[in-house]
Amino acid sequence: MIQVPLSVGVVAVSALAVAMFPRSVLVFLLFQGSLLFVYRARIPERLRWSLLAAALLVLMPVIGYFNSYYLEVATQVGIFVALALGLNIVVGLAGLLDLGYVAFFAVGAYSWAIFGSPHANIILGGGFPLAGWWFYVFLLVGLAVAATTGILLGLPVLRLHGDYLAIVTLGFGEVIRVLANNLDKPINFTNGPKGITPISRPPTPFGLPYGEYFYFLALLIVVAVVIVNRRLEDSHIGRAWEAIREDEVAARAMGVPLVRMKLMAFACGASFAGVMGVLFSAKQVFINPESFTFLESIGVLAMVILGGMGSIPGAVVGATVVTVLNLQVLKGFSLWLNELKNAGVTVLGYSLADLPTQFEPAKYERMVFGVILVLMMIFRPQGIFPARRRQRELGG
Amino acid sequence: MALFEARRVTKRFGGLTALHRVDFALEQGIASIIGPNGAGKTTLFNIFTGLYAADDGSVTFRGQPLLGLRPDQITALGICRTFQNIRLFSNMTAIENVLVGMNSRIALGLWDVLSHSRRFRRTESHLAARAIALLDRVGLQANANAVARSLPYGDRRRLELARALAPEPALLLLDEPTAGMTQGEAGTLMRLLRGLVADLGLAIILIEHNMRVVMEVSDRVTVLDHGEKIAEGSPREVQENVRVIEAYLGTRGAGPRGARRA
Repeated sequence: MIQVPLSVGVVAVSALAVAMFPRSVLVFLLFQGSLLFVYRARIPERLRWSLLAAALLVLMPVIGYFNSYYLEVATQVGIFVALALGLNIVVGLAGLLDLGYVAFFAVGAYSWAIFGSPHANIILGGGFPLAGWWFYVFLLVGLAVAATTGILLGLPVLRLHGDYLAIVTLGFGEVIRVLANNLDKPINFTNGPKGITPISRPPTPFGLPYGEYFYFLALLIVVAVVIVNRRLEDSHIGRAWEAIREDEVAARAMGVPLVRMKLMAFACGASFAGVMGVLFSAKQVFINPESFTFLESIGVLAMVILGGMGSIPGAVVGATVVTVLNLQVLKGFSLWLNELKNAGVTVLGYSLADLPTQFEPAKYERMVFGVILVLMMIFRPQGIFPARRRQRELGG
Repeated sequence: MALFEARRVTKRFGGLTALHRVDFALEQGIASIIGPNGAGKTTLFNIFTGLYAADDGSVTFRGQPLLGLRPDQITALGICRTFQNIRLFSNMTAIENVLVGMNSRIALGLWDVLSHSRRFRRTESHLAARAIALLDRVGLQANANAVARSLPYGDRRRLELARALAPEPALLLLDEPTAGMTQGEAGTLMRLLRGLVADLGLAIILIEHNMRVVMEVSDRVTVLDHGEKIAEGSPREVQENVRVIEAYLGTRGAGPRGARRA
């Protein structure tokens, strides 16, 4: 029971530390770590969830008041958590390797970007952008459009497995990006590489600043997505998905309707990305095809694998870790090395200032990320929080 | 009208005729299909369950034609099977394996699942109770939460049987259920099958190599060789059939078996 005061203390201390050192990345990481600690601690469920809710609903926005960049990071984490949870259904549960997942995110983003900006005037005459409140309608429109796109992708790939499926989905992701890049002629749908701007933002309740507003909205969507995900997983639908992953032939022979279940997996996974795409385009005000590259798909896949395939807490933690790594830790690492270089620090008699530009620390970011992934796969292949059963299987 | 009837079922793989105009009918009880390796027994099962498409012939179940239906549709009609090389959902628990088998008996929509409607909760608890009962029937109730792959071989065979019973089939197709079992285990399994026939009115088609089992448990025996039906009848009749003895032991003085058809 010592963990009860410990949990409360860790959260309180780390929150206080952030307030005192709002610029320190390390202190912010400490705050995030404290949430993980609370999640894992052996404390009463009610206390656990109260602490997490307090941290996410109260402390995080307050921290954002001191350093708005942290709120931006938290919002991005929220977006990627939803994406990872969506991909987790397709890859983790149903076992359908999808390398073009970001396409659904793009479809959602463009659906609001086009109609929530003056851009739609080019296609449909006048009357645009739609009023801000349409944004809420478009959260559902984005969901529906992405789900439909998911089904459209699913139909031709129903018979494909493993590597073949991966290649086709990879191609699909590229097709969507290239379409976005080139659909400025003959009719200008996407404005090509120049992208679309300005995209309307919804009116915020209680005059909330947009930073806080999008943070809360992302949080709300993530909570909804987690609930939907859990309910699907604990139902005959989730079991059918897992059965397909384990043995497709046996699943069919046991009465699992393969086509319907696979399409449902694609549609459900895609719909989460669609919703977040709408939020993303409103948050960014500007979008172009650059935001939806193959690397983004791989990034989301890395989150799912790093967290633990088929595991909801895994997808959440995986998305958080990867996003924070990319936005904060690796950036911070680069900055720090650069400072050392500029200060002319010498290591073993060699002045870092003499380092040729090819060795510039900023260029190592992706490499460090890659090394982390490799090490993870070697030493903890089941992921950070493996799915319940997987854990038993590998932990043996 | 027979419960299950196949007529002139033909299946070719490229130049190889795996099945040639095979007739098969079953009214009730246990029918066995035997024959040397490669005779086409499993191919016949795969056609019966919709995994393969037949090139010719017809298959009917309670008067309903099956050819052209998907495997899950056939399962929903009341036919389920096990596999020669045990195909469980290895990383799922025993009870989850059985629950997957009930998929075709669940009439819940996406909305029931997402809203956790009363219908959903009632169905789930009902399914769980049925799954436990099925595991109990095959003697695996203590292992309900064990991951399938961690179970010993004999238990996995029995779990596969429980899973095949989950869709409430009227006809069960078992592909070598006693393979790799000791004589004692095989005997227990056969008593279990007999019980199923008696209690549930189940009809069973059995592919089996263990002749003692076949002779003991079957009401009728069909013999396949090189894709053709060469004999059919009661176990005793088949045992004394000359062509059957030839197929299993080779013809006296006729040289290697393969040469016969070449």
